[in-house]
Amino acid sequence: EDKEEDDSNEEDGGSQQNAASRRKNYQRKNRDGKKAGGEGSQRRERGKKAPTKDQKESENKEKKTTKKGKEGENKQKKDRKNSTSSASSNSSDEESLSEEELAMLMEQVEQKKKLISMMRNKPWRMVKKLSVLREAQAFVEKFEGALGKGKGKKLYAYKMMMAKKWVKFKRDFENFKTQCIPWEMKIKEVESHFGSSVASYFIFLRWMYGVNLVLFGLIFGLVIIPEVLMGMPYGSMPRKTVPRAEQATAMDFSVLWDFEGYIKYSALFYGYYNNQRTIGWLKYRLPMAYFMVGISVFGYSLMVVIRSMARNANESTTDGDDDNFVFSWKMFTSWDYLIGNAETADNKFASITTSFKESIVDEQESNKDENIHLRRFLRVLANVLIICCLCGSGYLIYFVVKRSQTFSKMQNAGWYERNEVEIVMSLLGMFCPPLFETIAALENYHPRIGLKWQLGRIFALFLGNLYTFLLALMDDVNEKLAEEDVVKNITYWMLLGHHNLSVGNDSTATPPPLDPADVPRGPCWETTVGIEFVRLTVSDILVTFITILVGDFIRACFVRFVNYCWCWDLEAGFPSYAEFDISSNVLGLVFNQGMIWMGSFYAPGLVGINVLRLLTSMYFQCWAVMSSNVPHERVFKASKSNNFYMGLLLLILFLSLLPVAYTIMSLPPSFDCGPFSGKKRMYDVIQETIELDFPLFVAKIFSYVANPGLIIPAILLMVLAIYYLNSVSEAYQRANAELKKKMQMQREEEKNKRNNKATTNPMLQDLEDLLTPSTRTESHPNQEEEKKMESPDRTSPVRKPGKGAVPDGTPTTGGRGAAFAPPSHVFVTQPLTLGVRALYPGQPRPRGQPLGLAPGRGRGQPHY
Amino acid sequence: LRLFYRYRDLAPQLVPLDYTDKPAVTLPYELIASMPELKDNPFRQRIAEVFSEHGDGNMTLDNFLDMFSVLSEMAPRDLKAYYAFKIYDFNNDDYICKSDLEKTVNKLTRNELTPEEVSLVCEKVIYEADVDNDGKLSLEDFQHMIIRAPDFLSTFHIRI
Repeated sequence: EDKEEDDSNEEDGGSQQNAASRRKNYQRKNRDGKKAGGEGSQRRERGKKAPTKDQKESENKEKKTTKKGKEGENKQKKDRKNSTSSASSNSSDEESLSEEELAMLMEQVEQKKKLISMMRNKPWRMVKKLSVLREAQAFVEKFEGALGKGKGKKLYAYKMMMAKKWVKFKRDFENFKTQCIPWEMKIKEVESHFGSSVASYFIFLRWMYGVNLVLFGLIFGLVIIPEVLMGMPYGSMPRKTVPRAEQATAMDFSVLWDFEGYIKYSALFYGYYNNQRTIGWLKYRLPMAYFMVGISVFGYSLMVVIRSMARNANESTTDGDDDNFVFSWKMFTSWDYLIGNAETADNKFASITTSFKESIVDEQESNKDENIHLRRFLRVLANVLIICCLCGSGYLIYFVVKRSQTFSKMQNAGWYERNEVEIVMSLLGMFCPPLFETIAALENYHPRIGLKWQLGRIFALFLGNLYTFLLALMDDVNEKLAEEDVVKNITYWMLLGHHNLSVGNDSTATPPPLDPADVPRGPCWETTVGIEFVRLTVSDILVTFITILVGDFIRACFVRFVNYCWCWDLEAGFPSYAEFDISSNVLGLVFNQGMIWMGSFYAPGLVGINVLRLLTSMYFQCWAVMSSNVPHERVFKASKSNNFYMGLLLLILFLSLLPVAYTIMSLPPSFDCGPFSGKKRMYDVIQETIELDFPLFVAKIFSYVANPGLIIPAILLMVLAIYYLNSVSEAYQRANAELKKKMQMQREEEKNKRNNKATTNPMLQDLEDLLTPSTRTESHPNQEEEKKMESPDRTSPVRKPGKGAVPDGTPTTGGRGAAFAPPSHVFVTQPLTLGVRALYPGQPRPRGQPLGLAPGRGRGQPHY
Repeated sequence: LRLFYRYRDLAPQLVPLDYTDKPAVTLPYELIASMPELKDNPFRQRIAEVFSEHGDGNMTLDNFLDMFSVLSEMAPRDLKAYYAFKIYDFNNDDYICKSDLEKTVNKLTRNELTPEEVSLVCEKVIYEADVDNDGKLSLEDFQHMIIRAPDFLSTFHIRI
């Protein structure tokens, strides 16, 4: 009968441990192969287990949850069964393992294992958990080996051992991995001082660093290293050498700073690469590799961003009933337990207080009766102003870039002229956002919406700048292309001339090669583009660092030290300590990444520069934040904005893909520099590879696939699939909303049911009221009065205790009706409306409540 | 292991290095409350009481481990909700009644709100979360409400 009890206990998952340990008892008693010593050990085991059982029972009494209650019951059952089982086991004396015992044993072992893995989820005390864990582990160990008896025991035991070792290895590896995460302690420090939203910026920064590192590894390993190791060395080819004219100044620092000179003709830029089909003894196809790496940079970034977005979206799908629990959540989840600093704690207290006050005000306010028209007018005005600013800045940049082209033709351009473009762009980026903020004060939005607008505008600003810059660059490129033709001719004739000259009379000897430095060079537009991007990035980095240094650190020093001798309180007043502006920092990071993506095809070294930048920026910003910033006044919801930033990143990725794709597809590469020189279009390299390197049928397959007749239906199919998936997801969302509504209604109904009140549905309530006139006695009008009197008092929760008393009031309705008799004069007119309701056909009352409880019904109004 | 060292650091003379014979050493509440992670937490007293051996705030190593394991990132949501409930239940009656809520609000805002505001907030909370309508929050109400909160996991968490 023990086995049946076992089975019945098995069904209750929470009682696994009870059943198992009880069964362990039982089994141990059965395992009397060890006779005397065994008996003694069993008794000791039982003795040891008893205190834990007692402990558990006392724990159970402490915690009155239902789950624990169930367990308590089971424990009592178990105790009873223990006594019976001990009696029965003493009577039954099995010495060998039978088949069913084997099976049962295996079951128990599985259960123990499950228990061990689920141990975490149980809200028990640590002591108890540890003891239960030890028991379960001992049990598993002891009987696992024995299980395979008679059935290839050794193999089974071995398998078990390997499985255990594998689990242990995995766990160790996980531990190791978490230890390896860089900067964990730093971020934790920042988090404890500034809360989770600022830390989310640093986590984002770290993620970006990871992505950039991977990209850098790709580019470095697959493109730069092969070229450097196996390609022709510097100076051997025209494209790799500094032209004679520039050699005099090639090592000057100012020239190097502009990324001309030696740096221009190095592996950092597109122009260095040779267009030889295969290089080195590995026959490494460099041009192909260059092209594919360029494409895979975008592909990998896209994949990573989308995966991260999907993960974020998954976590935030459960924010359905946002507004149901506003206050409760505010109360229980607003304190950030991570805070470990007194200043931050002060700030947090203040912000919690403010947020409570705000919500109270929100709760209590009725319609805003301000002037709608004035608000609209102001908002339109603000938007117009901002659009003007944006256009103005766009034009400014265009103008400046055009001017820089004329400057570059000048011989003695000063430092300012050369760097004008970058300076102007950085200045715009520094001053426009605060301008936008001040203009936005006109708009008077809710802070969160205002923040989104602000971010959107800054985004538009940067985007406009970037695209204007690109357009100007395109003009530059076209000019260079025109120039190229000219230079090509010159080069050709010059080579011919040189050839003729050097050969002289003897036409069989090969001409001495022209020193590469003397060959006239075409303007390598790709390298120019690469140089521009690199310069832009570098100046952006510098500006960011200087802004942090000056804007935060110097300001903090100033405020702290000069405060002693200044008229007004610097710390609380105007130039107080800077707050850490998360949004502008994140945007800066996102845009920087966009520029990297755009430029990496033309300047493979750019990603390396970015990696360095991110690394230093991490340490630098951590230091700056800790030393000179103060925590935010306003609470910034970290979780929701994360997807917003990812979305921005995705957008920028696409936008930066466009120019690169355009240039790859439509512009002819330079004839004398880069891995694609000599081809008509850059993607011809794929064609070439397919034709020459792959077997014939692959080429045929590709030619079939590239047939427009196949591609267009494929595109159509994809569009249809997108449409279908979209509509499916909309349907799911609608179903979701319906379910939520249903749940809410159910909740309300339950709430009312428990208090024996009427339904909240006004229609049903009307019908119920309808029934009462027909079935009530003269206490009815008074009760109606009471209902009417109650309905105006909707908002006062004092009603509740009063209502609670109502269900008992069946015999007292008469009395209460009498008590309310005096006010009935006031409501004489009311019963007329009830009479109107009587016209509805009577329907059975939903709950079949006794009549006397009707007075309580009137209160069941939803949504106070 | 790190936790053990932190525990030991709080009172090196009391805690022996060798724990194999399970000495019954408890650290008094003041030492626990002085830990940097807990120092500024308004609920540190309650936390210590909930996790301590006899409900008085003195913690053994096991209690200490318990506390940080529940408050860590990897604890499951239900477990955290359960312990959060116990923490916010000031009078230990297994219900969060209005006075508990008032104490919570006052601790959170350091008594900056007026009593009317406090009582309004508490009433709102009870209205929002009380499903079985008994005027106070039972464990199910609390769990039901807190499970849906988007930032519960991220705020109810101490990194050590």
